[in-house]
Amino acid sequence: MAALEQLLRLVLSEAFLFYVFSGLAVASALGVVLQSNPVHSAFSLIVTFCSLSAIYGLLGAPFIAVLQIIVYAGAIMVLFLFVLMLLNVKREAPRAGRALAAAALLLGLLFAVQVGTTLSGPGLTPAAGYDASTQAFARQLFSPRFVYVFEATSILILAALVGAVVVAKKEP
Amino acid sequence: MTPALQEFLLILLKVVIITQLLLGLFSFMTLAERRLLAFMQFRLGPNRTGPFGILQPIADGIKLFFKEELMPASASAWAFFAAPIVAVTAAFMAIATVPYGPPFRIPGTSISVTPQIADLDVGLLFIFAITSLGVYSVVLAGWSANSKFSLLGGLRSSAQMFSYELSLGMSFVGVIMLAGSFRISDIVASQAGWFWNWNISPSKQLLAGVVYFISAAAEVNRTPFDLPEGETELVAGYHTEYSSMKFALMQMAEYINMITVAVLTTNLFLGGWNPGLPFLPVGGLWGLGYFAAKTFFVLFVFIWMRGTLPRFRYDQLMNFGWKVLIPLAALNVLGTATLVAVFKW
Repeated sequence: MAALEQLLRLVLSEAFLFYVFSGLAVASALGVVLQSNPVHSAFSLIVTFCSLSAIYGLLGAPFIAVLQIIVYAGAIMVLFLFVLMLLNVKREAPRAGRALAAAALLLGLLFAVQVGTTLSGPGLTPAAGYDASTQAFARQLFSPRFVYVFEATSILILAALVGAVVVAKKEP
Repeated sequence: MTPALQEFLLILLKVVIITQLLLGLFSFMTLAERRLLAFMQFRLGPNRTGPFGILQPIADGIKLFFKEELMPASASAWAFFAAPIVAVTAAFMAIATVPYGPPFRIPGTSISVTPQIADLDVGLLFIFAITSLGVYSVVLAGWSANSKFSLLGGLRSSAQMFSYELSLGMSFVGVIMLAGSFRISDIVASQAGWFWNWNISPSKQLLAGVVYFISAAAEVNRTPFDLPEGETELVAGYHTEYSSMKFALMQMAEYINMITVAVLTTNLFLGGWNPGLPFLPVGGLWGLGYFAAKTFFVLFVFIWMRGTLPRFRYDQLMNFGWKVLIPLAALNVLGTATLVAVFKW
């Protein structure tokens, strides 16, 4: 019984679940890049989004976790897949341009240096009195500090929507 | 036994019980649907297997088990295999955050049980997120079979599902504003007392309730939105190439989703486990009873609709979703927001 409880404690501990989901996220992110079939890549990306959402949940931010699934996995990726299926995109031919590879390597190195300096710098401490509940999130979002930016973003999205309709509409 | 272990075992027990209940309800629903439809059409329906035909679902299950499993030669094997799994997983996960009744104590012990697996702070949004993942089973099934009919059916159904998801999501907003919480138990608590406090009453969220019910029927592919069922004119849909147990799993996911919709309708609009008459007892098993009665009523309405209404044509379906339901839902959000903000409704 004690051994069982110990096992449960391990499996349900935050650290263990974090490693499971971050491993899944990294593996499926690699899948997005390495697969040649675009539909398979899209499905890998969905798995990445879902594991990210699980990590947000582990961080104690259920609202962000759910939004991650609704917006990215549930809405954006469905549209991606819909377009891929409608256009019937075929398997991509591998084209390893030398310039492209060099650029990728350079950017990767840059990113590694950035992450390294951030992690080896002064330890990151969570902000004092940090509250990730939905109410606290809403109070922040609609406070005078963020509300104008938030509303401006919604106007931007509306403009993009109207633009897309205008472009897509055929001449009468 | 330590408290932590006890809590874990309790959750495990709840998961097992609710899963088994859902599976039982699913097989019962297939029979109830056929018998009730038969009754509405002056037929008898399946009444030979056991008394009143109650063993019919078991016979159907055995039949499906022993049917040959077919997979198109040019299908994408993993996607063809994954689609039913995604469908059933999403269906069962969605129902995990729904409460079925008030907390009660197990007689003879001091253990208090809430008939709900997880009471999330964002319960309603979680259900919405998981059902939006359910679309992938349709997309996967339609794409993976590598057949024209499946692909067209998959596109048709996924377009239907995410069109109606918009009005479904917006119909939640009014209810959330009135309760001031995403937590479903809070939403139920906001409808306590007389039955005119239920969200379905005209003084609260009748419009949202109607929009919700219609959109949800479209989400779970029920009549009059059951285009995948139209095998005579549309060659069914995304599950054309599925056979045997995989087909049964797809069907099961649809029925479980329908039960989820019925349970959610009860919780969000019909007052949950509140009887609506304050002099009736509410605690414990009584609450579960009222809840079950309302849920069965909603399920009956689904079957009733199937026996009554003809199927939409596809362009009518799209027009209705985008030009009628979404504007109505938006109107309801605006109206409720104004009333809540200005008049402290």
